[in-house]
Amino acid sequence: MLNQLTISELTAKIAKREVSAREATQACLDRVARVDGQIHAFISHNDADALTQADAVDKAVARGVTLAEKPLLGVPVGIKDVLAVKDHPLNCGSKILGNFVSPYDATVIEKLKAAGAIIFGRLNMDEFAMGSSTENSAFGVTCNPWDTTRIPGGSSGGSAAAVAADEVIATLGTDTGGSIRQPAALCGCVGMKPTYGRVSRYGLVAFASSLDQVGPFSKDVRDNATLLNVISGYDKRDSTSVNQPVPDYTKALDGNIKGLQIGLPKEYMIGGLDPEVKSAVDAAVKKLESLGATVEEISLPHTDYAAATYYIIAPAEASANLARFDGIRYCARLDGADPIELYSKTRGAGFGPEVKRRIILGTYVLSSGYYDAYYLRAQKVRTLIRQDFLKAFEKVDAIITPTTPTAAFKIGEKSDDPLQMYLSDVFTISCNLAGICGVSLPCGFTTSPKLPIGLQLLGKPFGEEVMLKIAHAYEQNTGWHKERASIGERF
Amino acid sequence: MAGTDFNVKYVAHLARLSLSPDEEQKLGAQLNNIIGFIEQLKSVNVSSVEATAHAVPTVNVTRADEVRPSISHEDALRNAPKQSNGLFIVPKIVE
Repeated sequence: MLNQLTISELTAKIAKREVSAREATQACLDRVARVDGQIHAFISHNDADALTQADAVDKAVARGVTLAEKPLLGVPVGIKDVLAVKDHPLNCGSKILGNFVSPYDATVIEKLKAAGAIIFGRLNMDEFAMGSSTENSAFGVTCNPWDTTRIPGGSSGGSAAAVAADEVIATLGTDTGGSIRQPAALCGCVGMKPTYGRVSRYGLVAFASSLDQVGPFSKDVRDNATLLNVISGYDKRDSTSVNQPVPDYTKALDGNIKGLQIGLPKEYMIGGLDPEVKSAVDAAVKKLESLGATVEEISLPHTDYAAATYYIIAPAEASANLARFDGIRYCARLDGADPIELYSKTRGAGFGPEVKRRIILGTYVLSSGYYDAYYLRAQKVRTLIRQDFLKAFEKVDAIITPTTPTAAFKIGEKSDDPLQMYLSDVFTISCNLAGICGVSLPCGFTTSPKLPIGLQLLGKPFGEEVMLKIAHAYEQNTGWHKERASIGERF
Repeated sequence: MAGTDFNVKYVAHLARLSLSPDEEQKLGAQLNNIIGFIEQLKSVNVSSVEATAHAVPTVNVTRADEVRPSISHEDALRNAPKQSNGLFIVPKIVE
């Protein structure tokens, strides 16, 4: 089944003309038709458009285009519904955008297209990327392919579930406080948040601009490195992208981690951590030691304050960014007697409850008389959190933690308690505040029911090579990533 | 402090967000709970700590002041809720 292949496997076959891009795309379309009714990873998809792109790739292959020129030759890649793809719908999991169609491509989409990828579908997400379960989508809940009564994580839940269910070969998501790594952990795939500034955000609908990054979901670490190669780099259209050379990240995947120092932060092995998650991470630590790395306990003393800091800074930035959805240039407008009434009615009808909560919270912490007490103070605590990491990275090459405190929870379990939902991100938030890179990869399963457990590796700013090297060595010596969700088999 | 001076109706107005009475009640209660949670930052000593606005410090990123291609007029208006004569139509602002 071509849809089950990795990027490396599929592109090798297409380059050798053993299979066509059309066949690979059709295999994914067939899989979507068969299983997406149970998972609902996609908000929409345009099969004819995907096949047209595939035919163009097949023509290029016939003309002699090589894998070196197009490293994603004929690879169907699904896109989170927050990235602009020219002439495709864009809704951010919200009803406020109505029938919006993107007038241009995001930089990452241009790069994927140039690399030979087939851009396929709009993947479900929490509205405006605010959430940890994909239950906040105006287009319905996405289900976890390992157990469809459970959430896939969020906010990039559709991106994770589509890869885990073999509906596409890889996907893009975005990560503001864990929205790539947490769903990757809960669905059993590999998901990375690159260093802040590594990947252009031009064409990404902004949530919290000092935290957002675009990143890849894949079936293994090598594919993740291949995707990072393609999407990284300076972009003059994103003034926060950093002008730093892009190495070939796949070259770092040599399996040799002898002598590397890995830190295990004591603040992460806390109460509330599920015993099965803890023992999976303990076993991963032993595995890395057996491969020649040194693991030592470290301290990140301000860890306890990360969630409170995040839930001031992210809503504050969101309240400013989402002011643009006012019903003037786009959006499903509700008329009013004057502009203020038009804005209020349009926004009141168009935004869902979580987005409203965060806009109000963000407006409050920025409002006159509260700015210093909340927002400015949070920015200062953010400095302390970042310093914790920079200090730790003087001693260690990477940091190892669980990605989430528990495996996937039940749909509906936390949806009435926003604060409990916020705390499910407790291990992933600091990475965004510090601006460093992080990756989640499978490190085992709970026993009953069988649900994936994620291991998080955190790297230095622009330290993706070392981080991926460790992730790859671990993966190749364990093989958890080869286990597939049983979705569809009962039909 | 939480619960005493947080006025959901007032802040929602600042945010240009109309709420139903039910929403006001529910969101108000949830937000009081969340504000209680973020209050914990008051116990951190931040005297003499600089604020971090961006994890990668950048200052005044500028570009050359020259005309570059941009999206067409037609594309810019493509998603407009109301348009006429190549313009966005909005309610009257000045009497």
